[in-house]
Order: sequence, then C-alpha cells, then structure tokens
Amino acid sequence: MHLWLFLRQIFRDMRSQKLRTLLTIFGIVWGTTAVILLLAFGQGLYRSQVKAMHGLGEYIVIMWGGKTAKTFQGLPKGRRIGLREEDTELLRSQIKQIAYISPERTRWNAAVSYGKKVFVVQVVGTNPEFALLRSIVADRGGRFINHLDMENKERAIFLGNDLKEDLFGEEEAIGKIVLVDRVPFTIVGVLKEKPQDSSYSGRDENKGFIPYTTCASMYPAKYLNNMVFKAESPHLTEYVKKRVYEVLGKKYKFDPEDDEALSMWDTSEMEAFFNAFFGGFQLFLGILGALTLIVGGIGVSNIMNVVVEERTREIGIKMALGAKKRFVLLQFIFETLVITFIGGGIGFIISYGIIQVFPVFKAEEYVGTPEISVMVAVAVTCLLGLIGLFSGFFPARRAANLNPVEALRP
Amino acid sequence: MIRMKSIWRVYDTGKVKVEALRNIDLFIQPNEFISIMGPSGSGKSTLMNIIGCLDVPTGGNYALEGKEVSKLHPNQLAEIRNRKMGFVFQNFNLLNYASVYENVELPLIFAGLSFRKRRKRVEEMLDRVGLVERRNHLPSELSGGEMQRIAIARALVNNPSIILADEPTGNLDSVTGKEIINIFEELWSQGNTVVMITHDPEISSRTKRIIKLKDGMIENDEKNHHNHQ
Repeated sequence: MHLWLFLRQIFRDMRSQKLRTLLTIFGIVWGTTAVILLLAFGQGLYRSQVKAMHGLGEYIVIMWGGKTAKTFQGLPKGRRIGLREEDTELLRSQIKQIAYISPERTRWNAAVSYGKKVFVVQVVGTNPEFALLRSIVADRGGRFINHLDMENKERAIFLGNDLKEDLFGEEEAIGKIVLVDRVPFTIVGVLKEKPQDSSYSGRDENKGFIPYTTCASMYPAKYLNNMVFKAESPHLTEYVKKRVYEVLGKKYKFDPEDDEALSMWDTSEMEAFFNAFFGGFQLFLGILGALTLIVGGIGVSNIMNVVVEERTREIGIKMALGAKKRFVLLQFIFETLVITFIGGGIGFIISYGIIQVFPVFKAEEYVGTPEISVMVAVAVTCLLGLIGLFSGFFPARRAANLNPVEALRP
Repeated sequence: MIRMKSIWRVYDTGKVKVEALRNIDLFIQPNEFISIMGPSGSGKSTLMNIIGCLDVPTGGNYALEGKEVSKLHPNQLAEIRNRKMGFVFQNFNLLNYASVYENVELPLIFAGLSFRKRRKRVEEMLDRVGLVERRNHLPSELSGGEMQRIAIARALVNNPSIILADEPTGNLDSVTGKEIINIFEELWSQGNTVVMITHDPEISSRTKRIIKLKDGMIENDEKNHHNHQ
C-alpha cells in the first residue's frame, strides 16, 4: 500500500475543494462533539448524583421497628416491635457479616445555644461507627464521637456544618462549649460539607451528634428511633437483612417471614435502581449523539460519491496500469477514514475545550463535572471507525467496480 | 504471442446493438512493430482495449502467450495489464498530483515490489527516456513531449511483453511526435513488441506491419514494404 501517495492526493483534494471539505468535516466534527459532550455530561451527572446519594451512606440499611402482620406462636398480629440499644450488640454478635452497626436515638427539639444564639434542632445519640456508615467526615482539626466519649458518657458534641455556621459564623468552634437543653457540651468536631440528596430525618448538616450513652442518660427512653447497619460487602446485604429478621424474630417472637415486623430501607436497592436508570439514560444520550454522527457520516458518503465521480479517469488510469479492485476499494475507504478521523479529532479537541472551560459557568452543583472517560473515548473512536467504513464502503465499491474502458473515456 | 480467433465485440445499448468488432482474426509475433489504422468508429480502440486486456471480447478466443485470457476474472486481467502490457495514451494520462517519479513508480506499486527495487527500476527508466533530472517535477511542469516520454517510461517500467500506444503523437507537434516515434522504433529494435494506433500515414510508414480496420473488420493487413531499415 502506498499511503503517502494516498495522503498527498487526499490533502491536495482538500485544498482544491476547501469549502466542500470544510462542510464535510464539519458534519463529523459536529456529530463527534455532540456524542462526546452528551456522554461526558451524562457521566458527570451520574457521578455527582452517586456522590450525593452516598452522602447518606454507601450500601447501608436503615432499620426501624414495625408492627407484626402475622400471628406467631399464639401471639396476635398487630404487635409493635421496638428496637432497643442492646439489640445492636445482639445483632453484631449473632451476625458475623455485619461490618458496622450503630443505634440512633434522636431528640427532636433540643435547644442548642451559644452565647445569645439559640437554635432548636435534632440531637442524635449514636456510636462512633455511625460516621463510617453515614459518610460523616470531620472537618480539619475535629473528630467524631469516639469510644472514650461513649465509655465516660462524655458531654461531647459533633456539629453539622450548617448548625456550626448558625451558631459561630466564621469563628472557630472546636473546643468551645455549647448548651444542649442547658447542659454544657464541648464541641469535638464539625461535619465537613458533603452532598446529601436523601435523608430519613433531615440533613446531617443541621444536626448535633452526641455519644449514645450520654444521650440515654439525658433523655431516658425504652426504644431507639432506628438502627443503621452495613454488610461486609454489598452482595451480603440481602443475607444480613434476612438474618436480622431471624435474630430479632427469635428475641421478640415474630415470624422471620413477617416483613412488617421491621421496616428497612436498603440504600443498595436504590443504588441498583439508580444505576439501571442512569445506564439507560447514558444509552439514550449515546444513541442521540450517534444519530447526529451518522448524519455527518451520510454527508461524508455523499461527498465520497462525488469524489469517485471526479476521479473516474484517475481510477481508469490506475486500473490500466494494473490496480486491482482491492486497491481502488482500499484507497477510497482509507480516504473516508482519514476525513472521518480528522473531523473526529477536531470534535475531540472542541469537546475537551468545552469541558475544560465548563467550570467557569459554576453549574457543577446542578449537572456535575463533565468528564471524558476512557470508555467514552474508546466508544466514540470505534463509532467513528464504523461510520467511516460504512460511509466509505459504498462509494469505494462503486469505484472498484468501474469498467476501465469506460473510466478512461475522456 | 497473440492469437485472436473470431473476435467479436458487441455493445448492447438496450435499443441497438453496436458491433464494434466483427470476426477478427489476428496473430502477432514477438518483436513486431505494428500500426493499426482506420477511420474513427472502425474499431481501432476497441481492438486495442481487447489486446491490452482492458476489455474482454463478447465472442471468440484470445490467447496471450498461449494462455486464454478472454474469460479471466477482472483481478487476473489487472495482473496481466500490470505485468505484460505497457499503455501509452494520446493524452498521456499521467496523475497530475503525483511527481514524475511517482507516476513511473505506480505500476511497480501494483506489482508489489519493495521500495528499493522500485527506486532502482524507476531510476533506470527515467534515465532511459532522459528525464532523470525531472524526477521531482509535476506533470504540469513538463512539455507535451516530456509528458509522453514519462508515459513511455511508465509503460516500460514492468518490462511488459507488448507496448500498446493509442495515437501517442496525436497531441504533439510534428517534431516532438517524430522524437516519440524514434523512441518506439528504438524499443522495437531492442526486441520489444509495439502496437500503435495512428491516423498519420507518415508514422505508420515507419512501422513494419500495417493493419487497416473498417467497420469493425480487418480490411487490410500487410507487411510494410516501403519500410526498409
């Protein structure tokens, strides 16, 4: 194959037909840019949504007590099942596949004050594992509740970042004392801002967190509000949930098959749905972009037909000198691929530029940060190759099937 | 070398059938110098195309070097054109975007020769037609005579059995035309077979055999007795 001669001819043609080349390539540039941007923004949106979803926690199960719906061992249905603090340790000891588990006891209208500022917020009593379950990270210089706080029933509080902002503004909060229902608490940490798009009792940024033990002394109550747990790996979640029904069913005497006895929110189910939804969404965007690119490909195919027409004589000369069909076919397919990939390359550069400039518009909060992933790049390259092949094939075949005598005729 | 028997070439245009060649019998020996003459429409170019394997007859047999070629696949015909035929056209038919060197190189590319072998052959051919120094020029930068010499170099580059020339001097002035005929004559004297279409009796008088066509048939085929070297 004599690529250099092919390339020279292609570029000579492009130079002599500037406007036509420009318009042809523009179709591919437009299509490529459309595909890449759609997929890149789709990907960015997906990432930002996943991140926000994980603000609540990754693959966690939130569990509340419920009401039995089945009779069991002579007991009637309709009995209330309440979760107790000691159930946390029971489940931990009975089910080895639980990675983390934490009780949650909420004081709904606690008055938290600093100086003259008073805010009525939720104060949550929980254990150190809660931070791991609920994607809670302490901002610089602080920490979440630890085991010593638990053992000593310390009056230590971890503040949501909004609550800290309300109470202290820009002022440093760690080490300061706030009053919780008039009881002094030392601030040990402040929540590092996190995206959180779902919740079951308000957002963490507006809450205060104290050791469960302290909470139990201050606000004695028989039952927990809820528990949060997580299996060692996402695929064990279903098994752990089933075991929780069995263990608690045994203790509280309800049928382990009685779904109503406990109420569970499995966020991995939400995640599975979410992934399926976004998979479909990405596919839709990809098809949309691909259709645009195909329109560009049709344009290239049309132009290649004209090019074959124009070069009929040249094809005749080559055939007279001994060029086989294959040679002519490859020449035109190669030319189409060159045009397609030049357009594709420019499209890539433009898309990359747009994505780089995008942060200037400060819209990440709504649509995420678009990104060209390796998968997108590979998919678009393959698509370009396919479109190049398809749009080049028919004109090339026409050229290869020319009768040399006809082609040579002036 | 060439043995044609009862060759017919009929163009079926749908409404009418045009008989371009009618029952042609033709034998060509190695190292002949032949001119084909005849009025336009007499079938000269059609005969030339069939000899050159650019076209296939609709009837009859054509054996080239003992091998029947009238029923071959287009790719096999392409191979024969590449290895055994050297074409020289009236309007030169050079690729205008390619340099002199690349034009001459083209048949060698189709033959699949290595870069080094190609370079050697092209240099030899350019030397033979006296245009080595023009190797990097484009055809548009050459005179008509030079373009035809390049076309001859291209036709010879694969050492063909037959050189087929269709009015090779038709677009040249008489002085340049004579130079070109001198080259063909020289090729013949070196042992090549040359078949040439021409209108010009002065040119045909330089060849050793003159075939006259009329209405698709051979009207006259005789040795040129006026020509004595």
